[in-house]
Amino acid sequence: MNKSNKQAGAGSSGTSRRERTIDIVNKRLEKRYRKEKRFRLYGMLSIIASVLFLAFLLTSIVSNGYSAFWQTYIKLDVQLDPDMIDKEDPGRSNYQGIIKQAIGAYYPEVKDRKERRELYSLFSSGAAFQLRDEVLKNPAVVGTTLSLWVLADDDVDMLMKGHIKRNVPENERRLNDKQLQWIAKLEAGKRIEERFNTTFFTAGDSREPELAGIWGAVKGSFYTMLVTLALSFPIGIAAAVYLEEFAPKNLATDFIEVNINNLAAVPSIVFGLLGLAVFLNFFGMPRSTPLVGGIVLMLMTLPTIIIASRAALKAVPPSIREAAFGVGSSKLQVVTSHVLPLALPGMLTGTIIGMAQALGETAPLLMIGMVAFIVDIPGGFTDPAAVMPVQIYLWADSPERAFVERTSAAIMVLLAFLISMNALAVVMRKRFERRW
Amino acid sequence: MSPFLLFLLLLVLSVAGFFIGRYKALDLARKAGGASRLHSRPVYYGVLTALWCCLPAFFLFLLWLGFEQSIVSSLVIADLPAELRSLPPERFNVLVNDIQSLANGNIVSGKVTRQMRAAAAHYVRLQDIGTMITSVFVLVAASAGMVLVHRRIKPELRARNQVEMVVMGVLVVCSTIAIFTTIGIVLSILYEAVRFFQQVPVTDFLFGLEWSPQMAIREDQVGSSGAFGAVPVFAGTILISAIAMLVAAPVGLMSAIFLSEYASKQLRAVAKPLLEVLAGIPTVVYGFFAALVVAPMIRASGAQIGIDVSSESALAAGLVMGVMIIPFVSSLSDDVINAVPQSLRDGAYSVGATRSETIKHVLVPAALPGIVGGLLLAVSRAIGETMIVVMAAGLSANLTANPFQAVTTVTVQIVTLLVGDQEFDSPKTLAAFALGLVLFVGTLFLNVIALTVVRKYREKYE
Amino acid sequence: MQEVLKKNPTEKRILAPRESRKTIGNITVPKPRMVCRNVNVHYGDKQAIRNVSIDIGRNEVLAMIGPSGCGKSTFLRCLNRMNDTIDSCHVTGEILFDGRNIYDASVDVVPLRAQIGMVFQKPNPFPKSIYENIAWAPRIHGIVESKSDADEIVETSLQKAGLWEEVKERLDQPGTSLSGGQQQRLCIARAIAVSPEVILMDEPCSALDPIATAKIEDLIEELRTQYTIAIVTHSMQQASRVSQRTAFFHLGDLIEVGTTETIFTKPSHQLTEDYITGRYG
Repeated sequence: MNKSNKQAGAGSSGTSRRERTIDIVNKRLEKRYRKEKRFRLYGMLSIIASVLFLAFLLTSIVSNGYSAFWQTYIKLDVQLDPDMIDKEDPGRSNYQGIIKQAIGAYYPEVKDRKERRELYSLFSSGAAFQLRDEVLKNPAVVGTTLSLWVLADDDVDMLMKGHIKRNVPENERRLNDKQLQWIAKLEAGKRIEERFNTTFFTAGDSREPELAGIWGAVKGSFYTMLVTLALSFPIGIAAAVYLEEFAPKNLATDFIEVNINNLAAVPSIVFGLLGLAVFLNFFGMPRSTPLVGGIVLMLMTLPTIIIASRAALKAVPPSIREAAFGVGSSKLQVVTSHVLPLALPGMLTGTIIGMAQALGETAPLLMIGMVAFIVDIPGGFTDPAAVMPVQIYLWADSPERAFVERTSAAIMVLLAFLISMNALAVVMRKRFERRW
Repeated sequence: MSPFLLFLLLLVLSVAGFFIGRYKALDLARKAGGASRLHSRPVYYGVLTALWCCLPAFFLFLLWLGFEQSIVSSLVIADLPAELRSLPPERFNVLVNDIQSLANGNIVSGKVTRQMRAAAAHYVRLQDIGTMITSVFVLVAASAGMVLVHRRIKPELRARNQVEMVVMGVLVVCSTIAIFTTIGIVLSILYEAVRFFQQVPVTDFLFGLEWSPQMAIREDQVGSSGAFGAVPVFAGTILISAIAMLVAAPVGLMSAIFLSEYASKQLRAVAKPLLEVLAGIPTVVYGFFAALVVAPMIRASGAQIGIDVSSESALAAGLVMGVMIIPFVSSLSDDVINAVPQSLRDGAYSVGATRSETIKHVLVPAALPGIVGGLLLAVSRAIGETMIVVMAAGLSANLTANPFQAVTTVTVQIVTLLVGDQEFDSPKTLAAFALGLVLFVGTLFLNVIALTVVRKYREKYE
Repeated sequence: MQEVLKKNPTEKRILAPRESRKTIGNITVPKPRMVCRNVNVHYGDKQAIRNVSIDIGRNEVLAMIGPSGCGKSTFLRCLNRMNDTIDSCHVTGEILFDGRNIYDASVDVVPLRAQIGMVFQKPNPFPKSIYENIAWAPRIHGIVESKSDADEIVETSLQKAGLWEEVKERLDQPGTSLSGGQQQRLCIARAIAVSPEVILMDEPCSALDPIATAKIEDLIEELRTQYTIAIVTHSMQQASRVSQRTAFFHLGDLIEVGTTETIFTKPSHQLTEDYITGRYG
């Protein structure tokens, strides 16, 4: 304590300089805080920009697509003359002709051949199939006059939904003035209306927008995902278990690890090239099928699943393993009966995320021929099929205005699937999350 | 017998094998006086029987599936009439393809001759015989396996150890699939690319300034015309990726910084999932959006200020791709920034630094290797991105740095060259594999560097 | 210290019972640099500091000791509002610096921290060169403008921290390339560079070997002539070597304050006695 005088002196001599320092600091503060605010603003703007873009994207998809869930139908009074129905095989009758007759009957004033063609074009070519189905379902209608709501052509549909403007010059729209008059007659007779578009959810692809649906693509996606899941889940988990629990630390396992990490970052289209060269050309597996698509997507998602599963295994504390060893289990028993059950939720979450990735993937499937135009709804793993994202790609390429709304609607369906899968993953993570 | 039915039968046999094996073990145990007299628990004897029942048979089955087509084809080809076999190679390949299509009931490209029909029938017959023989072999192998193990079951049989060995083998095989995938990629791409380079010199491909592969579409023009100078394609890829990174790098990085250093808990809880949604949107959706909304918008606003913007401008594709990559950059940077120890932040705050000064001068420099690694991965992603450019960028290979013009990319060209019917000998198709090789090597290079840098960085702060 | 205790082992003192949580001893000093009154700290629902009142005098070293989890580090971090970085942390009471409560809404933490520097448990040099580690803070504060100013401040700070001779040849090397003790002195030099009035040290030697520790302790003794220092330490020997006053914390309460000599020779509280005689720690 004898030094205290000296200390006080030194302290006060320093004080004047320090007083100056704090003044300098305070003088610059305002400028520094302006910078701080600007920086913070940039960050905020970045987030806002991303969120705005997302909102913009989603609203433009929804606003383009929601109308696809409705479809314009026209009421036709069809006279089913028994002479026109094939007695032996009612399915092979000329329904197209019957429909045309019915149309002609409603518009007796249209005589000119060219005009009649224009008139017929207001109705979908699917009308004949509708009529056939009706007759086959209930043969008793033959001989009566059937009042049937048939599909309108996509141009009429677009007109009714306001995508084709009525008040623009005739040569700028796909329907001419006469066709508009005919439609006006239908409207006046309350014979045209919007109904829920079941075709969209039940049909396969078609060149006619009003006949095109996503069911074929949904089933194609389903089969493809089934193959992917059946292969990638067991293989992914087996690989993760080996690498995390058993593999010795040596060059070989290092090499495997580098490979897995790298494969996770290889462009997806490269997997498509692999599928094309190896599975299609070398092994001669069938093109455009869920089987090959599933295998290619399996190779693509495998790294994701392995990495997630390893993380899940890593999160199981060593004490559990030690406890199990302590009661004399073999290493495999420890893993299968103690470690795996604990890591399973994490592995499942990773798998779901991987599956969501695979479900949205397009590029590699283009390579293995899944872009073919396929009308039939696939019934198995080796039937040619399209998947949802590819269907979106195909429709996006079609020039008809009606396909724009169907593309958007298909995107909405795909996003609904993806979002529910991701939500499931989030819920699972929350539910089974355990902190050790 | 269809493969599926065979597979099912195999499964049933294996299950039966399990119960038979376990039953015998239980029986032995009873005779010997308790399960403890056995080396392993009875279940293991059952599993061992089941494994021996299904594994060898399954491999036989796979072997046949893999080589069925080539064996049958070669047999059919050997039986073809001499005049067909003497056709020039390209025509001959088409013929063989047609016969296969015919046999499988698919649409055939050319006219169907009587000889072809006969060959197809022969093909189907051989296929049926092959399948039958395989089925018999597979079932015999399964039963034999079951019987063999069943006879070997004794109390001293080390069933558990044997089962564990088999399981371990399966695990090892599963974990090597990544290696086989890589090898498969390298070999398949390399093989086709080498065939391409036999027809088009490597130097022409890598340094040529003109790209018009479409010219070689007719068969009699093989290799004689069409220009395969890929420089415009590479330049287009780089241009679009650069635009994408100009968007994604600052926005992604700033988002990550804002979320990890500034945002309140509530804001983070909302913004992070939104970014994840952005990351989860399929690229085909981005592509559709780019082509339908963004490109016309850019074109219209360009017209307003007097710039002629192509409807398939590099800008539109690049911008949308940039947005797609934002969440990727942001989540990688977020991880990296969070890995910077709190003590460094404390150090900076304790000398009176503001938040932004701490971030700019301490956190970002500290996290720089990780950030750079993440950005490299993002670049690799931009280069390999396919659907956005396929749908929103053009096909014309312009050598330009003008973002308002249409350019094409490596991935677009691969898709255009390979989608639709192709023959596997024309340089047009093979060029796709050459481009694929460049793509693979390029991204591999970026990935390896990035992954090493990031790993080193993590180790530093762990 | 051990000898001190042995000298008068039989001296009878009346000790406050273990249950007593009231601060014993004189918490005030003449002309204090910082004045803390009724400081409470909560982490969420958990109270980490209860009603702590103490003065910190000019040019003195105040040592804070106590068993782990006693809140001494938490209290130290309140003194320059480092606790602000922890979301759930909530501070009430008064901490006066220059006559103003530093938790007042009008007080800006940036200049506050420029005046009250801090040195941490683990040396945490920035991932920059040795030179930049020192020059950075004065530069952002605008204390130095020119290169020569910066050179000067780097040299004087390093000299004050006793590191100049060791590193003057390699100022451009990264700060992390130094040894642990050197890194800690670098961090002290970094704190000194902005000419603070108070330096807070949070167990500055706990990660260091005995030789490096001795150097830091010498340094603290020298720095006392110019700065006010508050040091949290786990080592009672260190507290007795470097400090003039000592405060003993226990489970969030300030149990006893006094001159270091008093605390280590004649503690008035049973808990203090137990702690310094090593019955728990």
